[in-house]
Amino acid sequence: MVAAELRRTPLHAAHVRLGARFVLFAGWEIPVQYAGIIAEHRAVRERAGLFDVSHMGEVIVEGPEALAALQRLVTNDVGSLEIGHGLYTPMCTPAGGIVDDLILFRIAAEQYLLVVNAATTAKDVAWIRDHAGSATVRDISSEIALLALQGPAAGRILARVTTARIDEMRPFDALPAVLVAGRTVFLSRTGYTGEDGYEIGPAWDDAPGVWDALMEAGAAAGLVPVGLGARDTLRLEAGLLLYGSDIDERTSPLEAPLGWTVKFEKGDFIGRAALLRQRASGPARRLAGLIAEARAVPRHGYVLQSEGRPVGTVTSGAFSPTLQTGIGLGYLPRELTEPGMVVAMAVRGRAVPIRVTRLPFYQARH
Amino acid sequence: MYPEDLRYTREHEWARLEDGRVRVGITQFAAERLSDVVFVELPAPGSTITHLETFGVVESVKAVSDLYAPVSGKVVEVNPALTERPELVNQDPYGAGWMLLVEPTDPAEFAGLLSAEAYRALIGQETG
Repeated sequence: MVAAELRRTPLHAAHVRLGARFVLFAGWEIPVQYAGIIAEHRAVRERAGLFDVSHMGEVIVEGPEALAALQRLVTNDVGSLEIGHGLYTPMCTPAGGIVDDLILFRIAAEQYLLVVNAATTAKDVAWIRDHAGSATVRDISSEIALLALQGPAAGRILARVTTARIDEMRPFDALPAVLVAGRTVFLSRTGYTGEDGYEIGPAWDDAPGVWDALMEAGAAAGLVPVGLGARDTLRLEAGLLLYGSDIDERTSPLEAPLGWTVKFEKGDFIGRAALLRQRASGPARRLAGLIAEARAVPRHGYVLQSEGRPVGTVTSGAFSPTLQTGIGLGYLPRELTEPGMVVAMAVRGRAVPIRVTRLPFYQARH
Repeated sequence: MYPEDLRYTREHEWARLEDGRVRVGITQFAAERLSDVVFVELPAPGSTITHLETFGVVESVKAVSDLYAPVSGKVVEVNPALTERPELVNQDPYGAGWMLLVEPTDPAEFAGLLSAEAYRALIGQETG
């Protein structure tokens, strides 16, 4: 078997210097950990962590038809989006399945930046182009890198390398072009950890300079580099979904806890008719938060049982460093997803009790 | 760090002969690859384990790994400290992080395990 060409971010040399352990993800060689998943997870919850997420995709949709194209493509309402603000939304198939979940920013009157998952970038670009009408679509994924600075100390650290008014940014606000560490970057107050934080998009070749400046600016505050391992435990505690595990083209936003992103009244969009039908009858299954009642960790693929019969599966799971127990997400029949209900999870021939719980598992209180 | 007085399996367990009994754990290589250990599932004292068959699992934050028996025999003792402090496996895999003490049924099995040198060569291959 010939290996497909492995892609590296512009920060690869920095990761090697920092002692990163790498993993293959979506065709990229990405750090999974540096000091260790639990240490990195705690650092983000207590201080700050810096993530290289340059493997993610960025797409510009622009022109007089851009708004109409995006309103067709996504379920959330782009019509009321102000310049300099963003929103989270799935993008659906005609059957109501999810093509990808993404964040969409309005960066100028007729210009939008979409940040999409690494594993689905090529699929998403093709899908967007197919449904763009006469709007212009530009894939700038190889032009723009992406760093995520996350944690209660993130703002303090970022303020040392920029004069942009970052403390005035509300969550999901974006500044399309500001100076950070002397380089022009895209900056948003967004993240995937459940903590306060910022995502910083320098030009591809500017990424090492910005990374080094942030690491230096954050040293006194205890900033550490964080890999994909802790990225997953952090987002899971925060109740955030992972495309490909929790949601995919066979799941609808009404089954996941994403009903709030579906704005039926905004007008037509791809999947609207199918989702209306599903809303009318009520989705048969729902994605639930799961917490282990015994010493077991939910893992992707574990079967969930009720009264001895299989009723669902775990889609994501990990040991939660904050809650000190196993947590996960899984699809269950709607009638079993009341918080407090207990189902069984099959683990190596044993039935381990698992309790349905409200999301998120963790909420920052800083 | 792979002590000369231990013997090793290809699945990264170590075995130490102690007055005819065999103490078992996982190697530093395995502990580092797993990273943070959060649970260790071990058989109860009195149960039987079988050479090269699984006897339990180690759960780390992100993954589950099987544990393979270096020798067949009866489990005489299980490390009680691992329930409250699974991180001992990472901190001291050959000492406080031990897992089982086994009464072996076939002495040839211990002799057939890898020497420290052979184990180092094995993991050299895996990391090379």
